[in-house]
Amino acid sequence: MTVGIISKIHPVRSHSNAAQGGINAALNPDDSWESHAFDTVKGSDYLGDQDAIAIMCSEAPEEILHLEHLGVTFHRNDKGLLGTRAFGGASAARTYYVADITGQAILHVLYEQMLKYDDKIDRYEEWFTVGLAIDDDGRCTGAIMRNIRDGAIEVFRAKTVILATGGSGQIYKPTTNALVCTADGMAMAYRSGAALMDMEMIQYHPTTLLGNGLLITEGARGEGAHLYNAAGERFMEKYAPNKMELASRDVVSRAEQTEINEGRGFPDGSVHLDVTVVPKKRIHEALREIVMVGRDFAGIDITKEPIPIRPGQHYIMGGIKTDVDGRTDIPGLYAAGEVACVSVHGGNRLGANSLLDTLIFGKRSGAHAAGVAKSMNMPSVADSQADDVRNEIQAIIARDKSGGRRVSDIKDELGEMMNDKVAVYRDEEGLKSALEVVKRLQEESKTAWIDDAGTIFNQDVLGAIELGYMLDIAETIVMGAIERKESRGAQFRTDYPERNDEEWLKHIDIKLKDGTPTIEYSPVTITQWQPQERTY
Amino acid sequence: MPNYTLNIRRYSPESGEPAHWEKFEVEMEGHRPVLDAILYARNKVDGSIGIRCSCQAAICGSCGVRINGNPALACNTLLRDAVATAEDGITIDIEPMGNMPVIKDLIVDMDAVHWKKVQRVVPWLIPAGEPPEREYVVPHEAMVDVTQTMACIHCGVCVSDCLSMEADPDFVGPAASAKAYRFVGDPRDAATKDRLVHLAEDPSGIYDCTHCFKCVEVCPKGVAPMNQIMRLRRRATGDFQIKDRNNGYRHEKAFVNIIEKWGTLHEAKLLPDSYGEGLLGKLNPEAQKNLIGSAPTAIRGVLSGKVAPIKVLHHHKLPDQKKVKDIYEKIHGRDERIELNLYIVGEDADALEESAAVAVTEEGTS
Ligand SMILES: Cc1cc2nc3c(=O)[nH]c(=O)nc-3n(C[C@H](O)[C@H](O)[C@H](O)COP(=O)(O)OP(=O)(O)OC[C@H]3O[C@@H](n4cnc5c(N)ncnc54)[C@H](O)[C@@H]3O)c2cc1C
Ligand code: SF4
Ligand code: SF4
Ligand code: FES
Repeated sequence: MTVGIISKIHPVRSHSNAAQGGINAALNPDDSWESHAFDTVKGSDYLGDQDAIAIMCSEAPEEILHLEHLGVTFHRNDKGLLGTRAFGGASAARTYYVADITGQAILHVLYEQMLKYDDKIDRYEEWFTVGLAIDDDGRCTGAIMRNIRDGAIEVFRAKTVILATGGSGQIYKPTTNALVCTADGMAMAYRSGAALMDMEMIQYHPTTLLGNGLLITEGARGEGAHLYNAAGERFMEKYAPNKMELASRDVVSRAEQTEINEGRGFPDGSVHLDVTVVPKKRIHEALREIVMVGRDFAGIDITKEPIPIRPGQHYIMGGIKTDVDGRTDIPGLYAAGEVACVSVHGGNRLGANSLLDTLIFGKRSGAHAAGVAKSMNMPSVADSQADDVRNEIQAIIARDKSGGRRVSDIKDELGEMMNDKVAVYRDEEGLKSALEVVKRLQEESKTAWIDDAGTIFNQDVLGAIELGYMLDIAETIVMGAIERKESRGAQFRTDYPERNDEEWLKHIDIKLKDGTPTIEYSPVTITQWQPQERTY
Repeated sequence: MPNYTLNIRRYSPESGEPAHWEKFEVEMEGHRPVLDAILYARNKVDGSIGIRCSCQAAICGSCGVRINGNPALACNTLLRDAVATAEDGITIDIEPMGNMPVIKDLIVDMDAVHWKKVQRVVPWLIPAGEPPEREYVVPHEAMVDVTQTMACIHCGVCVSDCLSMEADPDFVGPAASAKAYRFVGDPRDAATKDRLVHLAEDPSGIYDCTHCFKCVEVCPKGVAPMNQIMRLRRRATGDFQIKDRNNGYRHEKAFVNIIEKWGTLHEAKLLPDSYGEGLLGKLNPEAQKNLIGSAPTAIRGVLSGKVAPIKVLHHHKLPDQKKVKDIYEKIHGRDERIELNLYIVGEDADALEESAAVAVTEEGTS
């Protein structure tokens, strides 16, 4: 059996790099996985599946130790044992970290391991997946790739395929997500018939830099930073008197947005994050990246001045519906990481739970997929599938530039519209007009043109393909938001401001049926934690 | 809003045309990064401009380029800073990084150079035996220390203008050396000596660096690769007494002895002392070639303005040799070598400023 890893950018450039704050696990003897699980369930506003959450939280300690043994340079306490920091929505300090480059450190160490097992893993770096190969029985038998270096289209046959393509933040503008987060995996699975789940659940992070939307890690608040409005009030006292700045993200983001909407923000539309209350030595040791972000991207010294911030699009809790082994609706196709929805995050993800989700369910998917692969023969893929992709790409390149719009213009319009209408506060009217815009942009994208006609590193044509992915997924996000007529987690409907467990304690699944997006419901798994009112 | 002119180096291997410059006008706030301006040109004017980029936050390491001849990340170089170094005060030149073959426009082949070198330093942890049941117990300081090199985003910016690599393309180079320190400095790694022997014996290893400081100056993440190379050398010589065929060990000994004796660097004595009487003839020819090769590189560097001549080497006399003796005695008297951790930049900037002020007054009074 062989394993191939395909990535449209060099693997160490993947967006997991951006995870600054850390990764959660109840590893301290006086902490328990049940406590971690309860925090996660509560954080999810009870939309998370409790069986999946239990698996994630109980397997977490072992995973942290595994990473440590592989070489991740986790920071220590004064006894030389793994050190922790506090994070939002958590009842104990259980976030393990490497300064504020935790994601980078983990990603790079995993890449080191890939180099170590060079003889067992084939790496396809800078290859772009254009579509999945599905056979007549509806099984996934491989994928169609474009080698970005030379433009060649090739069919990869596979007994099992795992999608780990990350998030979809580029549907929004601004976003904390990198330019590569364009919903590719979600769209490919959806187009092939897999169900997407809870797509309306879009997380806005409370602290993104005004202007360009860069993230200021929750670790800053974990280290003790405060939030102030223009009147100099520590306004979280009003919204979450116990947890203050470390309430769940949806709660803090809404509080900020309310302050801004009601005129208590700064004239530039921000509130302030004050890190200067954290000891200087600690800032330089634990928030080094944020010192650089402040210096390079905002021109401020965060050890001396407050940072102007506002809520910004950050994460998608929804994704390809999977079971706890990563299996999707399509036999042979798995999904793990931000692309998937198991669901462990439900309506709102806790900080530092996403890397964990990625690692735990990535590992489980890999193990299950390998088990299946061992007991079957290599399937075949019709060459015609590659021809279809070649023709599709040729058609994009050949589009007439005299009519139609630029791909990048459509993308900008989509992002700004979504950030306006499908954001922290939503209502029926705004959502319906959002759906109309998405549908119009889908039409316009069919004639959208590009400049680059080449084969070597044609990033332009990839941009056109990604736009198609994003528009399909944007449609499902808006549909989900219209459908869920309640406020839960990240979905806050001003026209339905209450959580409504009787009618809406359920998942919303969206599936393509005969080319039409169709809504279905599925139950939330509740084991030991009955829904309660959520206060922080 | 200010207007900027981007002058982008274009190259498309398919077109059959040679590389050339192309200008793009961009209207944008000066506090926006150069990458935003390039992306504006790509999104609004010519979608075929090739540049790798993703995070826009100096964390993915994709967007290394040369801006007005200096290697940097396009996403964390602000337009107003870039224009300040423009030759004519208006036009910002943007070209691909050096020391690596160009694939298209601003995209270079990092696999062929950078990643090959990284593979050379056996870039994974080699622990002794089976892992413990819980975590390895190691000092917090050690983890903070190696995190400086862990912070490398493999952007290649230091590789682009490494002087030694220009002279010797086989040189393991700044980024890969920093990666090597990431393991040598990690108390969990059990292959420290082997790693150091390889790096010291390799004719294009750690002794191939000419201390031009370029990599320290340009690295966007404060990895300070040259400092890591120096620390690797100190580990190789001081801790493991590795008497390498490149004469790094003897060179260091000679350097230390000359300073102890003269209080200043007596360059004329350094070479013969490093090689000892009659040793020159027994030298490994490869090392000899390198040694001779490295001198003109350094000089070329100074002439081209790439290397700031290091002031400290230009003291010709030291008034009070006793002070030097005192320093040596103090250092020799220590049980443990104190490693200067440069990772926590500015941690005690105020304290440092203070102590510098004290040092100045002390000098003034003596
Ligand atoms: C700024 C920021 C800070 C964060 N901080 C934290 C934190 O502190 N703690 C935490 O737990 N989480 C954090 N998160 C969330 C977390 O980082 C992500 O959810 C997680 O890293 C996603 O990992 P992934 O493996 O699913 O996707 P990614 O790391 O994004 O990887 C996706 C991979 O898929 C490849 N790919 C995508 N499409 C294609 C295609 N068409 N063809 C081929 N390859 C493709 C990409 O090249 C890439 O290699 C943060 C997120 C952001 C944006
Ligand atoms: S200091 Fe050494 S490694 Fe760094 S750029 Fe100069 S020659 Fe290269
Ligand atoms: S050492 Fe610095 S400049 Fe060199 S590759 Fe790493 S981050 Fe880039
Ligand atoms: S775009 Fe990621 S480092 Fe510049």
